[in-house]
Amino acid sequence: MSRDVSQQLNEILSKRIMMLDGAMGTMIQRHKLEEEDFRGDHYPDHSHPLKGNNDLLSITRPQIIEDIHGAYFEVGSDFATTNSFNGTTIAQADYAMEEHVHDINFYAAQCARSAADKWTEKTPDKPRFVIGALGPTNRTASISPDVNDPGKRLVTFDDLRIAYKQACHSLLEGGADIIMIETIFDCLNAKAALFAVDEVKEELGRSFPVMVSGTITDASGRTLSGQTVEAFWVSMTHGHLLSIGLNCATGANDMAPYIKRLDKIATDLISAHPNAGLPNEFGEYDQTPEEMAKEVETLVAGGHVNILGGCCGSTPEHIAALAQLAAKYPPRQRKDSQQVA
Amino acid sequence: MTKQIPDMILSGLEPLVVNETTGFVNVGERANVTGSRKFARLIGEESYEEAVDVARVQVEDGAQIIDINMDDAMLDGVAAMRRYLNLLASEPDIARVPFMIDSSKFEIIEAGLQCVQGKAIVNSISLKEGEEEFVKHAKTVMRYGAAVVVMAFDEKGQADTYQRRIDICKRSYDTLVGIGFPPQDIVFDPNIFPIATGIPEHDNYAVDFFEATKWIKENLPGAHVSGGVSNVSFSFRGNDVVREAMHSVFLYHAIKNGMDMGIVNAGMLTVYDDIPKDLLECVEDVVLNRREDAAERLIDFAEQVKDQAIGAKETDKLKWREGELQERITHALVKGITEFIEEDVEEARQQAEKPLHVIEGPLMTGMNVVGDLFGDGKMFLPQVVKSARVMKKAVAYLLPYIEEEKRASGDEAQNNGTILMATVKGDVHDIGKNIVGVVLSCNNFEVIDLGVMVPPEKILDEAQAVNADIIGLSGLITPSLDEMVTVAQMMQERDMDVPLLVGGATTSKVHTAVKIEPEYTGAVVHVLDASKSVPVATALVGENRSNFVADVRSEYVDVREKNAKKRSKKTVASLEQARENAMKFDWASYTPVTPSQLGVQVIKDYPLAEIVERFDWTPFFKSWQLAGKYPDILQDSVVGEEATKLFDEAQEQLQRIIENKLFQCMAVFGLFPANGIENDSTELYADENRDTVLATLHHLRQQADRPADKPYRSLADFVAPKTSEVNDYMGAFAVSCFGAEALAEEYEANHDDYNAIMIKALADRFAEAFAELLHEKIRKEAWGYAATENLSNEELIKEAYQGIRPAPGYPACPEHTEKGTLWKLLNVEENIGSTLTESFAMNPAASVSGWYFAHPEARYFGLGKIGQDQVEDYAQRKGMNKEFAEKWLRPNLA
Repeated sequence: MSRDVSQQLNEILSKRIMMLDGAMGTMIQRHKLEEEDFRGDHYPDHSHPLKGNNDLLSITRPQIIEDIHGAYFEVGSDFATTNSFNGTTIAQADYAMEEHVHDINFYAAQCARSAADKWTEKTPDKPRFVIGALGPTNRTASISPDVNDPGKRLVTFDDLRIAYKQACHSLLEGGADIIMIETIFDCLNAKAALFAVDEVKEELGRSFPVMVSGTITDASGRTLSGQTVEAFWVSMTHGHLLSIGLNCATGANDMAPYIKRLDKIATDLISAHPNAGLPNEFGEYDQTPEEMAKEVETLVAGGHVNILGGCCGSTPEHIAALAQLAAKYPPRQRKDSQQVA
Repeated sequence: MTKQIPDMILSGLEPLVVNETTGFVNVGERANVTGSRKFARLIGEESYEEAVDVARVQVEDGAQIIDINMDDAMLDGVAAMRRYLNLLASEPDIARVPFMIDSSKFEIIEAGLQCVQGKAIVNSISLKEGEEEFVKHAKTVMRYGAAVVVMAFDEKGQADTYQRRIDICKRSYDTLVGIGFPPQDIVFDPNIFPIATGIPEHDNYAVDFFEATKWIKENLPGAHVSGGVSNVSFSFRGNDVVREAMHSVFLYHAIKNGMDMGIVNAGMLTVYDDIPKDLLECVEDVVLNRREDAAERLIDFAEQVKDQAIGAKETDKLKWREGELQERITHALVKGITEFIEEDVEEARQQAEKPLHVIEGPLMTGMNVVGDLFGDGKMFLPQVVKSARVMKKAVAYLLPYIEEEKRASGDEAQNNGTILMATVKGDVHDIGKNIVGVVLSCNNFEVIDLGVMVPPEKILDEAQAVNADIIGLSGLITPSLDEMVTVAQMMQERDMDVPLLVGGATTSKVHTAVKIEPEYTGAVVHVLDASKSVPVATALVGENRSNFVADVRSEYVDVREKNAKKRSKKTVASLEQARENAMKFDWASYTPVTPSQLGVQVIKDYPLAEIVERFDWTPFFKSWQLAGKYPDILQDSVVGEEATKLFDEAQEQLQRIIENKLFQCMAVFGLFPANGIENDSTELYADENRDTVLATLHHLRQQADRPADKPYRSLADFVAPKTSEVNDYMGAFAVSCFGAEALAEEYEANHDDYNAIMIKALADRFAEAFAELLHEKIRKEAWGYAATENLSNEELIKEAYQGIRPAPGYPACPEHTEKGTLWKLLNVEENIGSTLTESFAMNPAASVSGWYFAHPEARYFGLGKIGQDQVEDYAQRKGMNKEFAEKWLRPNLA
């Protein structure tokens, strides 16, 4: 890559709030895809059902994924987050698709890269970037699956490190500018990811920006594995992060207090991509773009965030509303020293 | 100017900042197989659960970081480190603090780092194996995001002089900062070595350490200094008096020179100011290397201390009498000595302008020391209660003078505030409430205790009459929870705004937030235990009251929301479905044992000594808030000393009780033919004809979603149904220990809360042990279904026998009114004199009752949530109206 992404990002981020995209899953659902869409021409004879394995669509239905990225760029997103939430050998084990994780990540990055390049060409004064997403996997390194055996673990640090490293290499090879470790419910998983990312940097002999985003699942104000947001930030500081933030689990109202607490202590930039409210009894998100923007406004108006977007339930309409909002307010000021109560 | 170096911040589940404001950070040293024989044994035996308690006790005792070391040749260190850390990760009350992963083997360190989600400290790396290895290790530590302890060690060996210490630390620092290691995450251990070893080269070790510490703090920006403090006194092993003094003196000087972290045994630290002058001088001579013969003199002194042993301790014990008046009063309060207090108070009174000034001056000064020590975890609850005994005695002595003075001048005493306390209507339990009362009065609150079974009107009338600043409610049984709601509602009706504190075994933050707080616009706060009562009460009468109240309020809003979410997720099966999936036994192949004696029998005045043999002591210590299992607790590094003292005093009381027959233990029990009828009910019959029904028991059945292969349980399942034509049996019992109330009142009248609480705690043990003993007699003799049973007391405590004895109010049968059935069936009141309150609490409080089930598969279980269909069914079966049934079943309503 000829351009220095870090430098470009720093320049933009010092001036304004940058926009992430919205949900991928919600958009894919609109296409009402069937088993054969997921299998495509690539995996017609695969042993396990593949419907619902959204990450495969970057390979089997790349146009759909690229179009979704395009739709978000169209309403003002600066970043496309790759369709690779489950792109690790650990998460793909459920589908017996471990051997295809390179392709999953590589093509996920390619879809996003292609959309980003088109839009950068269209609006050269607003360059677009690709964030390679490393999801949390479906295993947790700090929590036992068995109440009677609290010392038991289904996954080790090394299992995670190896899986993340592979995914990270493939995302970068496919054209990701940035790596984001997201939806972190267990900081130990994220530490394995940061370790892997650091190894990749060493192997490639170059650096790239890293974003980290945790998730606070309930009103206890803690991650699933029990950390406060402050402890979560402290445990991630060695990653030399571009940004730290929160995503998923709740709507903006419930997320706001924790973003504000992060804002108080973190020396990194702050990102927030809440869900579009909470799902109804049918698992659908009803919050309208206007409602979501209204909830997000306290965060933006208070100068608490640098990077804003949406998670589950959010659509290009939601992101459009958020982008309008973000344009009205200045970004959070970077802090040099932290305060922990 | 260089950029300011940020603070070191570590984390477990919560962050820990290490800077000047935090002060000295103590690292708990006990989870170390090389340093603690007990821990080594626990790990060696794979008793990991108890090994986890070692960490827990340290955190409870104030350790801010836990050091963990598994370096033992006989251990697979990597596996042990992993297993232990994974277990700690499942204990939020331990995992909230950061961990220090301690090993001389880097593979063990790395294994540890892979198991901690927070930011840990590695202990340690060094230049021992050369710079290349050092850098490699440091880079790895960085990747795991940990801080690091660096030993002053290089290729040539461990640094033992000032110059070598600073040279190696400087070289290590420059190397680390050179590879990008954050300077604030570097902690130097400049080697604490044993001193006074008899070898002259060792004499200056401590001084070198202090100077090196000072140099590091001045010359290596951001870096911290730590060390293993117990090492310094290594040559005095076996002489804890001297060792503790050495640790305190060493730390005192090391901290002054900038040491900001240390691996210590909090149980082995005396207060610097408390070290006797002569010992202090000897120890300081050694630590500061002030004279050539310092080591010899300390060794002599140590011998003396040892020789003196117990006999000479007596004279030592009286040495404090030579101090200044204030010193003596403080000493008496801290040590809980009543012997001289009146004498000292009289002396103080003569010096004071007014008698009240003795309380406000010397006595409060002393109590503040007690309060601080308790707050810092340096005194334990039984000690504080003893301090209160001294205080009360002193105040009682002064009272007539104060009254006299008041009459003359009309002045009023000043205190922090008035707290009115009561155990609510229908409940007789007061041990916890009394402890809270004592702790609060130690902190200069005026405590008015209305006692037990206090109706709400009386609580509120009294509170208004004395203009109480706070009302504290206590209760142990579940119906008391409703009583507390009633009190809150009545406070609202009366338009009061006095803060309401809620405490006691069944109370909880969730119940308080969900049920009590919404009823009352004044402040409502749940207080977890006695130690929390002081900060809460202080906040409620302090200037920042409104902030505190607002914080609690918003916390409770969170709790309510979370609870609502959780509740909405819970689903219950229909009663019909649950009954279909009851536990099913093959009755045709089951032959119940026929009891050798049917009917009701009474045991009066059971020999107390026999009951004492059956005591389960662990809950006794728990009632004094000392955590740990008996007998290990007596050896515990932190609370062991206090537990032993408490235990010895309990033994003394027991002897007195037995010799003078101060308690009377009574029991009534009955065994009856029984069969299950429809709808989870059981009939007990007068005789083998099984046609005269003496009583019908109404059981409840689990309805909360169970895994597919698990039954929905009910106690009803353990008795053969009538339809099976199997002749089954059931039993019932009630035991009580009489005499404690009167005895405790005597002590209270004597201002001796300590012994009043002790008496009640012992009475509880009698009742529990008697119930256990009676159950054994039933199993082996009266019913005889387990005639050959042969279990040790430990196995009995673990309930490793056949059959159960649940009481109405237990998790399996939480509905208390069934106790009324039991009382009638056994004619308890007439037979032994124990009664039930309107909330179905047993009086005397030291009572146990229950049903006997003998089926080999009978187990305790929790009822969990039940549905409205069962409430209706239950109300109908019991002939109650539904609202009444709901009231009694409220905690279990889905």
